Amino acid sequence: MSDFIALWPGAASAYSREVDLLIGAFTVLIVALSAPVFILIVVFATKYRRGKPANRRHAPDRNVWLEVSWTLVPFLLLIGFYIWSTHLFAGLYHPPAEALEIDVIAKQWMWKFRHPEGQGEINELHVPAGEPVRLVMASQDVVHSLFVPALRLKQDVVPGRYTSMWFTADTPGTYRLACAEFCGADHSVMGGSVVVMEPADYARWLEETGTDRTLAAEGAVLFRQRGCSGCHDPASTVHAPDLAGLYMRPVPLESGGTVIADAQYLRDSILLPQAQIAAGYPPIMPTFANVLDEEEVLKLVAYIQSLKGGKERQ
Amino acid sequence: MADRVREPYAAPGQQREAAMMGMYIFLASETMLFSGLFLVALHLRLEHAPEVVAASRQMHYFIGAANTALLLTSSLLVALAVEAAREGRARPAVLATAILLGLGFLALKAVEYRMEYAEGILPLPGAVTEFSSPARHAFMNLYLIATALHAVHLSIGLGLLATLAVRLLRGTLPLPERSIVMVNAGLYWHLVDVIWIFLYPVFYLAR
Amino acid sequence: MTLQERPDRENLADTGLSETPAERVSYLRAGHTLKSWLLTTDHKRIAILYLISITFFFFVGGAAAALVRLDLLTPAGDLLSNEGYNRAFTLHGVIMVWFFLIPSIPNTFGNFLLPLMIGARDLAFPRLNLLSWYIFMLAGLLTLAVLILGGVDTGWTFYTPLSSMFAHGQVVLAATAVFVAGFSSILTGLNFIVTVHKLRCPGMTWGRLPLFVWSIYATSLILVLATPVLSITLALIAAERLFGLGVFDPAVGGDPLLYQHLFWFYSHPAVYIMVLPALGVVSELVAAAARKPIFGYAFVAGSSMAIAVLGFFVWGHHMFVSGQSMYASAVFSFLSIAVAIPSGVKVYNWTATLYKGHISLDPPFLFAMAFIGLFVVGGLTGLILAMLAVDVHVHDTYFVVAHFHYIMVGGAVSAFFGALHFWWPKMFGRRYSLVWGRLSALLIFLGFNLTFFPQFLLGYLGMPRRYHVYPPEFQVLHVLSSAGAGILGLAYLMPFAYLFYALRYGPPAGDNPWGVTGLEWQTRSPPPKHNFDAVPVVDGPPYDYHVEMEGDEDG
Repeated sequence: MSDFIALWPGAASAYSREVDLLIGAFTVLIVALSAPVFILIVVFATKYRRGKPANRRHAPDRNVWLEVSWTLVPFLLLIGFYIWSTHLFAGLYHPPAEALEIDVIAKQWMWKFRHPEGQGEINELHVPAGEPVRLVMASQDVVHSLFVPALRLKQDVVPGRYTSMWFTADTPGTYRLACAEFCGADHSVMGGSVVVMEPADYARWLEETGTDRTLAAEGAVLFRQRGCSGCHDPASTVHAPDLAGLYMRPVPLESGGTVIADAQYLRDSILLPQAQIAAGYPPIMPTFANVLDEEEVLKLVAYIQSLKGGKERQ
Repeated sequence: MADRVREPYAAPGQQREAAMMGMYIFLASETMLFSGLFLVALHLRLEHAPEVVAASRQMHYFIGAANTALLLTSSLLVALAVEAAREGRARPAVLATAILLGLGFLALKAVEYRMEYAEGILPLPGAVTEFSSPARHAFMNLYLIATALHAVHLSIGLGLLATLAVRLLRGTLPLPERSIVMVNAGLYWHLVDVIWIFLYPVFYLAR
Repeated sequence: MTLQERPDRENLADTGLSETPAERVSYLRAGHTLKSWLLTTDHKRIAILYLISITFFFFVGGAAAALVRLDLLTPAGDLLSNEGYNRAFTLHGVIMVWFFLIPSIPNTFGNFLLPLMIGARDLAFPRLNLLSWYIFMLAGLLTLAVLILGGVDTGWTFYTPLSSMFAHGQVVLAATAVFVAGFSSILTGLNFIVTVHKLRCPGMTWGRLPLFVWSIYATSLILVLATPVLSITLALIAAERLFGLGVFDPAVGGDPLLYQHLFWFYSHPAVYIMVLPALGVVSELVAAAARKPIFGYAFVAGSSMAIAVLGFFVWGHHMFVSGQSMYASAVFSFLSIAVAIPSGVKVYNWTATLYKGHISLDPPFLFAMAFIGLFVVGGLTGLILAMLAVDVHVHDTYFVVAHFHYIMVGGAVSAFFGALHFWWPKMFGRRYSLVWGRLSALLIFLGFNLTFFPQFLLGYLGMPRRYHVYPPEFQVLHVLSSAGAGILGLAYLMPFAYLFYALRYGPPAGDNPWGVTGLEWQTRSPPPKHNFDAVPVVDGPPYDYHVEMEGDEDG
């Protein structure tokens, strides 16, 4: 790639090279489908130009078989590519369980990242090469979209819900990161970079960056400050669910049915507690929607996730 | 008479059919307008079922029921007036009664708004409100928008019917030749009615 | 109506027909006062009113585009502020979509030609037709008010919560303008549907309708059924912003994605509102260029309806990265591929129509060829976007911008100019300079490609759309694109010069200057106020050119 003019974006993961292969192969197909049109228009316009003698006898004005075939053949070819691309896409929804989880908060007009040990950074994301990384994203205000061209990945960040995206970058380097969903005045400068590092370098970076407390530890402080512990502490007299070991466990609901207590459920239960009430508990929890910002919610969720082995404690 | 066959048409029957078809297409369009609101209601209900049920329980469903009865009766009267017009008879009194029922609907609706305002659940701008849950707030927002939009449609319908009643009284609507005007106004009135028949269960009986 | 019911010539007064001698000569002579234009119910005059108004909006929207392209010459965007840039592209989008593209072909050529093509004296509801022009102008004035009061900076998509809670501009006023314009669309669509159903002349069966009529009919269905959904969605945005009545607001449990679903339920079909009439125009132009019946009439007519219907079920492809369910995305991807098939059928059928034809290279046909070329590129890149894994990368980048400009500008606007050149002699009774016409078709094609092809590359490189400031490595491609835009702008101005010149100095056109079929060519140029001296009777299929083919050499 020359410095003067870039024609193909760099690729930093196996997935991105697969996308390149897909679009390359697909381009071949569409050229094959459209070339006859371009060539024949020129040929016909020359050969059958008005006033020019040519054999025009038996000019057809319909041919059902021909028409059916140019309806069906491209369609069948496209189905093949549809399966290929949908298969690739489905992979994006199935992150490996051991993926390193990094929290992302988007707000006008910056990206905030929090690593599991609590290291925070703004507009710059350091990740280890060769390890799957999963970003759990929330927006504090409007819809944003995290876009890393070198990974061929993009995911909207929508207020009111968590979205996530995962990747395994394999080539160390610094790559561009951008906001792709229009988010107001400074949309075009809401960007930064993704720094892919060798795992050892990443570990060193984590150490150097350091932090006072982990995300979960900060969540524990909030848990007391905001009064959550008043009801949810096992010693409390209020009849409220014990949160230890809750994460990723099935929860039977008052309204019937069961949900898995994933991050989205924990978040909803904090902000919209009346929505999904655990069976056997009174709907007495107030909403914290106006009390907590997205970052604090993330900390609380991280704290609840960290409460392992509730069973033993009982 | 200029009223009978207008420019692009060759025969009165053709013109009548065109007018009727135009009205049906317009009503299809109106239906799509409200279907957007119903979609939002459905989404709210699916996402926040318990709060929506709770909110719906707080509604004054008896007022809604009374209003449903008023509208259905007025639709019947309009249908009778239209049928009479088709046979060449003017029935301004029947039409006027239908209009009164429509006005009764609006009056009852105003009473209901007032009660909700007093209870602090009508999210008018500047009103002091207190909701038991955020989703209930959203539900009442949608309720206010949908019923207000319906009231606007109802008022337009009342205007149409009132104009026709006056024309019938004065005898300026030649019947049965121009009964299509009555038919179309009647169709519009029925649609306003049908929309209410869907709004009522969605907001009052969704439990 | 059967043949027997056809009104005879002596009895014309019975059908409400009364013409003055001037009206009998030409609709243009039916009155020269401003009042005779502003209170007309003649579909042809209303078409001219629309032509003037949308041309005005085309240049306003074009000026906004010029600002955007000038500003993008440098990576730092030295011309405008961030806010100013956002306002410029929002205005460009709003005006071009709702005040040029959507009304462009239907409201000008649809209005002018639909009654002529089916042998009717006017549209079914002439006064309603005038009313929809006034509603359109009211909406246009509101939009100009938005412009004067400082503009709006949400993008034409009005995504919430940006539009409802965070944006500073005249969001409510802009939404109102679009809301009002929607009524005009609905009334026009309604008028067209009833006209096609009820006012076809004797012998004009559904199977004999010109393809332009078919496509206008399909477009009208979308106008009538999709526009109200946009209206209610914008009303909800306005209620949220004005009165705090939030239903999409996450703070009360609302869902911004629901807004996107509702918005695209209208706005994807809206793309077909823009392009279906263009496809109809090109079918007419191709048949006329080749002087042959269109190849596979039933397939081409049917594909318009298929596009209109399928177009209602693909909106979710705008939301592949929004966080909607994976399965929804997979279904929408499949349907989006399916909707491309009828468009492909049309292109192949046009190509086949040219086979063994008598192909003319006059300006309208060059515009048609330009259309086909650009539409093919736009359509196929649309297929690329329908592929989920690729879309994740190029979504909301310049790739998308290039793709839809190929469809809407390369496609719809080329067809608009093609129609203008084809029917200009019929509308005004004058010929224009063919040489200048060919030249402008060529320049538009070249300028367009230079403007938008580099944007495909920019998009794949990862340049997001709606970016005021961009990384310096993209500058070369941006400069190329801006240079192309300069050529394109000049090329769009050219036709107005020679067409206006022709209005005054062009030689008389004659009734049928291109020597083609179609009822509109069987009346005078310009047509009399009541279109035909006597209601025509159709007794053959459309594009009935086979007589022409005799006397050809065997070659």
